[in-house]
Amino acid sequence: MTDDQSSSTGTIPHPQTSVAPNTGVTLAPVQSSRARMTEYIIGILALVGTVATVWLGLWVTPPDKVQGDLVRLVYIHPGVAWVALYLAFGLAAVSSLLYLWPRTRSLFWDRLAAASVEVGVVFNVCTLVSGSIWGKPTWGVWWVWDARLTLTAVLLIMFLGYMALRRVPAEPEVRARRSAFVALFAAVDVPLVHFSVNWWNTLHQGATVLNANLSPQIHGSMAWTLLLGFVALTLVFVWMLLVRFRIGVLEDWLADNELDLALAERQSEGAGLSDKSPTNQGGAA
Amino acid sequence: MWRDAVLVAGKDLRIEFRSRVALSQVTPFGIMALALFAFALGPDRVIMAKGAPGLFWVAVLFCTVLAIQRSVSVESANGARDGLRLSGIDPAGLYLGKSAAVAVQLVVLEVLLAAGVILLYGARIAVPWLIVASCALGTIGLAATGTLYGALSSGLRVRETLLPFLLLPIVAPVLLAGTRIWQAGMAGGTPSDGTQWLRLLVVFDAVYLAIGVVLFGPIQETA
Repeated sequence: MTDDQSSSTGTIPHPQTSVAPNTGVTLAPVQSSRARMTEYIIGILALVGTVATVWLGLWVTPPDKVQGDLVRLVYIHPGVAWVALYLAFGLAAVSSLLYLWPRTRSLFWDRLAAASVEVGVVFNVCTLVSGSIWGKPTWGVWWVWDARLTLTAVLLIMFLGYMALRRVPAEPEVRARRSAFVALFAAVDVPLVHFSVNWWNTLHQGATVLNANLSPQIHGSMAWTLLLGFVALTLVFVWMLLVRFRIGVLEDWLADNELDLALAERQSEGAGLSDKSPTNQGGAA
Repeated sequence: MWRDAVLVAGKDLRIEFRSRVALSQVTPFGIMALALFAFALGPDRVIMAKGAPGLFWVAVLFCTVLAIQRSVSVESANGARDGLRLSGIDPAGLYLGKSAAVAVQLVVLEVLLAAGVILLYGARIAVPWLIVASCALGTIGLAATGTLYGALSSGLRVRETLLPFLLLPIVAPVLLAGTRIWQAGMAGGTPSDGTQWLRLLVVFDAVYLAIGVVLFGPIQETA
């Protein structure tokens, strides 16, 4: 149930398990107080960062010369896209690889990949939605078959496929291996899809901050708000990742112990009933 | 490895030759797909000739899914997969053999489908070598990825629905490249546009063949 890897990585909650006396049921893994504190602090920072970004983005920063108020989407959209396309996918690919690597094989990496993909899907959908909202007034259409949009959509489908595969009931190790392979194959495919859709069609504006000569084409309060948005959304991602990871641990625990728990419950019911009517034990009738 | 590959490919093709599932079910499905595209796009032959490259590859992709399902189900009956593993055949050879058998079936299918788009859609081919090259490289890519995902999903009860979902986004570059190369090779296209797409297909094939040769053993143990 517990994994030896999680202690070396610090921030991810390390599940503590123990066996309940007499029943044989393993108690639910409890989050350590340090892990809980970390989760709280990151959550609060993410909330503060997001609120600050919204305030700066909507009230403090000036409207753009060309785009007017529409430019305010720049504080959200690139940040969400960065999390969805680079952070979540990168983390899922790396942890899947680490799971497959025999020396670092541990369910920790599998759960991290799964959590990363699931949170990544949320951010991916947010990317597509915020992009559509931005695209309608600027390009005149909700959707264009532009290279980056297409790549984002293909990644979303790959993410969803990965999640569908994880939902297939299997032993945790089998599921972990299978999912890790799929994540790895998809990760290998990403550069190929990237090149092919780039040659296919490009309409999207180039990167604003990370352009080739690394001199941002955006200044003053707008630049700071944009940066804060990136940090805040990254924190939101990390917080959601921590919570999803913890839920993953609990889910696995439940899957392992569901039967034992139900048995223990029925037995205790039976013990209660047997005082009154000894013929009707355990609700077997 | 190569000897094992030839043995496995021969076995799969012999099964296919005797059962004729691909011939009697997959091929008619491909032809039917061409008819459906024609119904969807109307009787206008100009539109259909323009869309022919893409429609050809979409039909090939759908047929690939069917061929892979068949290739997997051949092994899942009567404990054939365990038999193959016990026989001491090199996993890399097994992978290459299975892929080769699928590729051969796809090539036969592509010849029929190509004849279909030329006859039914009025598509005119100007540079035949581009078309042949795209089909050869595209088929290798489809067979290589398909066999990989087929093995991965072979133990799943929901294989029929999950396999296309997992496989089709992965082979998106093959569809894009294949379509573009066909467009370059059609009458009115610019043949030089095709070369970079051919290179992309070569990279795609090399990457997934290498993955398959290295990882097919561990993947089989997973299923």
